[in-house]
Amino acid sequence: MIDVKGVHKSFGDLEVLKGIDLEVEAGAVTVILGPSGSGKSTLLRSINHLEKVDRGLIRIDGELIGYRRRGDKLHELRERDILRQRSQVGFVFQNFNLFGHLTALENVVEAPVSAQRRKRSEVEPFARELLERVGVGEKADAYPRQLSGGQQQRVAIARALALKPKVLLFDEPTSALDPELVGEVLDVIKELARDGSTMVVVTHEIGFAREIADTVVFIDDGRIVESGPPKEVLDNPVHERTRAFISKVL
Amino acid sequence: MSTTSVTSASGTTGPPATAVPLEADLTVVARRHPWRWVGVGVVLVLLAMFVHGLATNPGWDWPTFFQFFATRTVFSALWVTVQLTVYGTVLGFVLGAVLASMRLSGSPFLQVVAWGYIWAFRSIPLIVQLLFWFNIAYLYQELSLGIPFGPEFVHFSTNNLFGPLGAAVLGLALHQAAYAAEIIRGGIISVDAGQTEAAAALGIPKRRQFFRIVLPQAMRSILPNGANEVISLFKGTSIVSVMAIPELFYQVQVIYGRNSRVVPLLMVATVWYIVLTTLLSIVQYYVERRFARGTTR
Ligand SMILES: Nc1ncnc2c1ncn2[C@@H]1O[C@H](COP(=O)(O)OP(=O)(O)OP(=O)(O)O)[C@@H](O)[C@H]1O
Ligand SMILES: [Mg+2]
Repeated sequence: MIDVKGVHKSFGDLEVLKGIDLEVEAGAVTVILGPSGSGKSTLLRSINHLEKVDRGLIRIDGELIGYRRRGDKLHELRERDILRQRSQVGFVFQNFNLFGHLTALENVVEAPVSAQRRKRSEVEPFARELLERVGVGEKADAYPRQLSGGQQQRVAIARALALKPKVLLFDEPTSALDPELVGEVLDVIKELARDGSTMVVVTHEIGFAREIADTVVFIDDGRIVESGPPKEVLDNPVHERTRAFISKVL
Repeated sequence: MSTTSVTSASGTTGPPATAVPLEADLTVVARRHPWRWVGVGVVLVLLAMFVHGLATNPGWDWPTFFQFFATRTVFSALWVTVQLTVYGTVLGFVLGAVLASMRLSGSPFLQVVAWGYIWAFRSIPLIVQLLFWFNIAYLYQELSLGIPFGPEFVHFSTNNLFGPLGAAVLGLALHQAAYAAEIIRGGIISVDAGQTEAAAALGIPKRRQFFRIVLPQAMRSILPNGANEVISLFKGTSIVSVMAIPELFYQVQVIYGRNSRVVPLLMVATVWYIVLTTLLSIVQYYVERRFARGTTR
């Protein structure tokens, strides 16, 4: 489903991704762990072409993301095509980034209407259904500022689902939340995992990773150090760095 | 509610307990502010003196004020002032929006050009700039539109192109644009970058990202500053009187030049400026309320 091959990315002199290879199968949940600054967000953002990679390929469902290949050169796609590709990928941000001047319902309706040109009246019942599904149905007419962090993040998840994406990407979806609100958001993500969505989740919640991950990937310093089923990577890590990290987080 | 019984029952002699309430029932007495009241008193006296003076000092010459306040001459002058304000605002903010987008663009060249424009027009006093435009015909007798050093398509005589009113509007608008550009740019960059990022991640088209997501939120800070600019432009039109354009301030000057009743005629202008500024403030209130969606609990 997602196929990342030899991805390199630098910010100026700082090389953040140093050759990442990653495969995610349809319906699988991949959890990415790693210390702060190791490049987790950058990798996730590259999958959505929010960052341009310097080298390497990213494919979703066989379709090259962000570029068109001509011979041995990659040409960046037009804005329009990039936006179309992005609408197949749902992205959930650490700090929600809900549109502050729109209600919860309008937040969810916005992308189907303006990116897929569907009718507002058509999309609304579906949007309400999504809000219901993430447990904020009664907050449809509230503005983001009137919602708790946990509720905001759940609306953000509904918003990402509104385009019926093939893939969902979560960048530390609970790390901006008060501890007592973390559970409600994780429950929603677990539910999605159970329904068979393809997901990549960056998180520091080890217990959660153990519960939902099919594959755990440990990244350090721009490289994948270790990956495998949670039982192996979390309980019997091979590499010293993985061991050190996990003992610190637990 | 039996809070009093304890003390009164155990009392031996003494006054039979002016009931001591429980701590939770104590009443709150706000702190007193004697000096505030002194301040209020002083200001009231001063205000009374001022109003008394307005009413009784013959120097204000209210009969003359009322004689001219609602005359046809004053109204047509007021109309010129309003036109200058409207055209100046519209052109100024349109050009300002263009300059702001140049400054926010990815092109260093456009950025520098816009920055240079803003720098220049904020440095030149408005009155100096206006006098330049007024004398433009002295510098360039003819303007032509065509390929530089090549064929001309159209050409105008500068005097036809800019009547004095046109020159005034142009001057006000060019001046206004420099300030409007900064206000618009400030509003746009005050919107969190996460908003565009989220919109981009959802595949929302670029134009719509701007008009649907960024601009409505930028308006929150553009509006109060923009309204300030409109009001200051409205009053600033009085500067145009140096170009002998029959706007409000010029017209009252003409009238008191004839009848020497300076003070009542200045009051005519003053009261009209106040009335229209008040109207603008009311409009501002309602427009701002419209863009305040989602900002309060
Ligand atoms: N736009 C940028 N410009 C310059 N440097 C950046 C940029 N974005 C990220 N970096 C740098 O790249 C490195 C990796 O950042 P990234 O956000 O991917 O880390 P992370 O693993 O997500 O960390 P965290 O757990 O703290 O979120 C960091 O050193 C960061 O400072
Ligand atoms: Mg991160």
